[in-house]
Amino acid sequence: MSEIIANKTPNPNSALHTASASYYQRWRLIKDLIARYGILIGGWGVIVAIVLIFFYLLYVVVPLFIPASAKSVAEYQMPAKEKGKTLLLAIEEQNEVAVRFTDQAQAVFFNAHTGDPVHTEALKIPAGLQVSSFSPESNGEGVVAYGLNNGRVLVAKYSYRVTYPKDVRVITPVITYPLGEQPLTLDSEGGALQMLALQVEENNATLVAKTATHKLKLLSIHQEKALFGEATVQSTEATLELVADKVGFMLIDKEQRYLYVVGVDGSLSLYDISDKSAPILKQQLAVLSAGQQVSSMDFVNGGLSLLIADSTGLVAQWSVVRDAQNNPGMQKIRSFKVSDDPLMKVSAEQRRKGFLTVDKQGVVGAYNTTAERELLKLPAAENLPEAFALSPRANAFLLQSANGAINFWQVSNEHPEVSMKSLWGKVWYESYPKPAYIWQSSSSSNDFEPKYSLTPLVFGTLKAAFYAMLFAVPLSLMGAIYAAYFMAPSMRSLVKPTIELMGALPTVILGFLAGLWLAPFLEENLLGVFIMLIMLPIAVLGFGLIGQFLPKTLRLKVPDGMEAMLLIPVIIGVSWLAFAISPMLEALFFQGDLRVWMKTTLDIDYDQRNSLVVGIAMGFAVVPSIFTIAEDAIFSVPKHLTVGSLALGATPWQTLMKVVLLTASPGIFSAIMIGLGRAIGETMIVLMATGNTPVMDFSVFQGMRTLAANVAVEMPESEVDSTHYRVLFLAALVLFLFTFVFNTLAELIRQHLREKYSSL
Amino acid sequence: MIIKQWLNSGSPWIWLNAAAVSTCLILVLGILGLVAVRGLGHYWPSDVAQIQYREKDGTQQVITGEITDHNEISAARAKDAGYLDADIGSNTTVEQVLLKIGNRDVGGMDFRWILTNNIQQSSYPEQLVVLERREWGNFYGSLLAVKSGGKNIAQGADAWVVAQQRIAAALEIHDDIKQLEKKQIGAVNYALDRLRLKQRKLELQKAWTDTAKQAVATEKAAYQVDYKRYQEQLKSLYAKANQESLVIKTGDGIERDIPIGKIVKAYQPNGMGIFTKIGHYFGKLGEFLSEDPREANTEGGIFPAIFGTVLMVMLMAVIVTPFGVIAAVYLREYAKQGFTTRLIRIAVNNLAGVPSIVYGVFGLGFFVYILGGKIDHLFYPESAPAPVFGTPGLMWASITLALLTLPVVIVATEEGLSRIPKSIREGSLALGATKFETLWLTVLPMASPAMMTGLILAVARAAGEVAPLMLVGVVKLAPTLPLDGNFPFLHLDRKFMHLGFHIYDVGFQSPNVEAARPIVYATSLLLVTVIVGLNLTAVTIRNHLREKYRALEG
Repeated sequence: MSEIIANKTPNPNSALHTASASYYQRWRLIKDLIARYGILIGGWGVIVAIVLIFFYLLYVVVPLFIPASAKSVAEYQMPAKEKGKTLLLAIEEQNEVAVRFTDQAQAVFFNAHTGDPVHTEALKIPAGLQVSSFSPESNGEGVVAYGLNNGRVLVAKYSYRVTYPKDVRVITPVITYPLGEQPLTLDSEGGALQMLALQVEENNATLVAKTATHKLKLLSIHQEKALFGEATVQSTEATLELVADKVGFMLIDKEQRYLYVVGVDGSLSLYDISDKSAPILKQQLAVLSAGQQVSSMDFVNGGLSLLIADSTGLVAQWSVVRDAQNNPGMQKIRSFKVSDDPLMKVSAEQRRKGFLTVDKQGVVGAYNTTAERELLKLPAAENLPEAFALSPRANAFLLQSANGAINFWQVSNEHPEVSMKSLWGKVWYESYPKPAYIWQSSSSSNDFEPKYSLTPLVFGTLKAAFYAMLFAVPLSLMGAIYAAYFMAPSMRSLVKPTIELMGALPTVILGFLAGLWLAPFLEENLLGVFIMLIMLPIAVLGFGLIGQFLPKTLRLKVPDGMEAMLLIPVIIGVSWLAFAISPMLEALFFQGDLRVWMKTTLDIDYDQRNSLVVGIAMGFAVVPSIFTIAEDAIFSVPKHLTVGSLALGATPWQTLMKVVLLTASPGIFSAIMIGLGRAIGETMIVLMATGNTPVMDFSVFQGMRTLAANVAVEMPESEVDSTHYRVLFLAALVLFLFTFVFNTLAELIRQHLREKYSSL
Repeated sequence: MIIKQWLNSGSPWIWLNAAAVSTCLILVLGILGLVAVRGLGHYWPSDVAQIQYREKDGTQQVITGEITDHNEISAARAKDAGYLDADIGSNTTVEQVLLKIGNRDVGGMDFRWILTNNIQQSSYPEQLVVLERREWGNFYGSLLAVKSGGKNIAQGADAWVVAQQRIAAALEIHDDIKQLEKKQIGAVNYALDRLRLKQRKLELQKAWTDTAKQAVATEKAAYQVDYKRYQEQLKSLYAKANQESLVIKTGDGIERDIPIGKIVKAYQPNGMGIFTKIGHYFGKLGEFLSEDPREANTEGGIFPAIFGTVLMVMLMAVIVTPFGVIAAVYLREYAKQGFTTRLIRIAVNNLAGVPSIVYGVFGLGFFVYILGGKIDHLFYPESAPAPVFGTPGLMWASITLALLTLPVVIVATEEGLSRIPKSIREGSLALGATKFETLWLTVLPMASPAMMTGLILAVARAAGEVAPLMLVGVVKLAPTLPLDGNFPFLHLDRKFMHLGFHIYDVGFQSPNVEAARPIVYATSLLLVTVIVGLNLTAVTIRNHLREKYRALEG
């Protein structure tokens, strides 16, 4: 403050004054400099903002396309070697404790990182009996069965108890016997059980065994636990006819509805065992070509399809598909060429539709069935692999080699479900009759196969934009031509702000009116709308023509460029008339109800919230964008061009068509681009005015789901950093790119046009 | 001849083009009119009809309710829908009316379409009472008696007068309860929560000493004493409120006891004069603007939504103005016109054209999860795992919308700057002012109306935007306002309600869309009025500004 006062006080002799003055000058310059750089930063900030949006979206999306990776964490010798050969290797969810079940019916639990034994337990096999077969349950519930040489079977379950003494996680393995500690009798003849398949649930258990006499025996146990008191147990037995001569694998699905028996030579027999007392052999087919052998088999998570690995290194996915007559039958959905060597093991992930394979060379591969994507392929062991265990979270695996070494690998495989094909192509999903484009991102069930096809959403977006543009482009361009070229200036100064106001109306209000007012209105008055569409142009032209016949004195009373004013009552009147006569016409020609008539005669379904509603509502929102820019472009066509044309004898309309529109066409194009950009990104209107079902249907009477609406609906519920979340970001990125292209194009054209006009 | 000439002149095309303009005008005005009529009409206390109706099966029934809509449908469609029974002769259409019959707790639905053909007789008895209730919607019927503690205290003609007094008294009690619950108990709860966080913070800092323990414990005890006292008060108030009830008979003869504590308003519309009705209407309008919503937002007012919208928009304005103005000043005053400015203009245009939902996605991912997560990690470790800023809220909504409206401010300010004649800048510079001084003391003040225009347009845009807000902070029902009497008063981390989202939510997510419709129209009307008003102001300022500079140039 003092400097300013000093500066203002005229005291030229004071030394203080000059010092402070120069200080003040310096301060002024510094301020100027600071402002310069501040503003520079601010200006560039805008570019930074747009770049940031783009790169942030990209940053979230990119992990979707990064392949999986794995790293070896530990290698150690198999613990408790003296307890026998490994029949099953498994690892628990936290990847801390692993277990191997041996041919001596021992469960050896060991630390997965070090190989140190944690706990060893011998299963309760009655003395004097030998293990003749072994099978784990396929769905990862931790149930195993030992078949004995007297036709009996012992079912055990291993699980882990997690406790937190002193805030440290401690995992304790536990072995229980869900069907009792006494072995169950499967083969009453008492022969050794050669092969087993089982599925055990809380209340139902189904066991199937191949007996020494080459028969299949089925035992089903139904337990019902009353709220109080004893459990009642009910068991059913059956014998199945065995077709294959050399059975390689047997599996029962999760619902205990089908039994799959595959011969080593690839002959598959599908048994329907939903009626446990009377199983039926449903289908028989060869899943491999001659000379090949099945080497491993597993269910894809959910138990709806089978993975069959063979000796040529091919994994095929077979699923029960219903044909046109609704008959279930096995069909090959897809196959993966995994290796040139025979496969040793295929192991499905427990929570996703993925699987890992190991071939005879010890090469491990990770795949996803839906995405048909190879995510990983790496040599994990040097020796012939013997046993393989995939962690329930599919983020680690153990591989035991023939020399007894166990390799512990950690896998990072976050987003296997997404590939270019699963996003944009037709995918054959489980339980679908044929490949299809489907968006269905989530469901209550864990076994759900997520369907992330963006195609129906992009289709919906384009469809909505198409109908909106169909409504908006003629209306706004014709309006712009009239307003810029023919309209009286006094009226123009009123009309322009009104239409700009139309652009300011919140889209949520347009959407709400479209959904709650327009949709029911159209449903009731569909015919009226069509009649109106036909009658309006006729009436307008008729009105203009009649004007031509009026006496000149009367005609000249109407000032030039006020046609739009005169037409307002005409349009309102004609529209009213159209709706007034429509019930009569409907009764006359369409049996009283156009929609029913369309359904019965033309087989067109009518959805209340359909593309027509969206087209009108979103068209309404787009009109002002196009109108304003197009009008500007037409209006700013240099006057000497039009005047010159008129002077040469062209009519106003000829001048407009041949001179004005031609000159302004880039501007009009850019207006349409901007309008299209807006229609593509509009959210609330489509959200409210359509049923939001992601169908691919060209019909104007059907709804759609757009990218933007989809993001708005699903984003709040998606888990951060999940595949779904990232796919939604991808949808946003696609939207961003769409509009980026349109807007940049439009802006470049406009800038070019501005230069052109200034040179004219 | 004339026709041919007319066709050749291109005149038909001109007419068609004119028709396009007319259609646009009709559409705009029609929509505004539709919203206005539907939005304003709802609060008019329309008469309650008592209708003798012949049902489809031939039985006679008395239906009471307000007529809210009527239309004509074709006979065929009525037959398909299954409510046309009798032969209607040669008529091809039937007329039907929509009755708001209320009494949801008795009949299950509050709206019903009936055919005018089957109406035997309708009358408007004066003694019909409309009860607006806190739950179950309106109740229509005639008042029989007023009960207190199970005994009749008034009957017949007195009942109405007594009921009015009792309802007024009950409303006061209700206000007291609300005041206690929201203000006092709310404050205690808030303080207790802060105390819990303080304790957690001290624990994390390893400063949870005995003295600290003691201090927190005494404070806690004091609050708990308060809490007990308020609880006692509440209890007695509730006991008082639930003592009395009205006995009402519905049109079809069912008698119901309705606790007075549950009644918001009782009136007899058929007996009202025009002035009473006008008074009632404005009372209801005031209620709509100033009260909290009831019954899943389908009844009551929208005050929290208005408040949330205004607060969010104000915060946004504070953020967007400086950035927008600086960017515009850079473009117009500092940058050399060329490749850079071209690039920035393209960026600005793209920002304006990016779909709003993309801003929402960006806001959610970048602001909420990344920035918010970082803030929580650094400053609020004590409330983990509950997020403070790592969840959608007011602040993120404002910032996201500020980013969204930035282009609006930039474009408007730039236009204003471009209209300032060069001579003014040159004059200032010639007198020895630095560039910044020229800018600060002459250019910007002259451009301030333009900035104002930009700001108003930005506010109008932000007030109507919903899609991004759905992701970054709006909720259907916020228990507390983001601004209240508890320190630090402005709670930027809270979620808020918003008019636009309210329209979407009540209109489309509500369990009872038919009953909610009037509220949606009224809310829309309010929003439209605000936005149209803001836009008109901006246009006026802009026009005024143009005039001014034209004078300067001249």
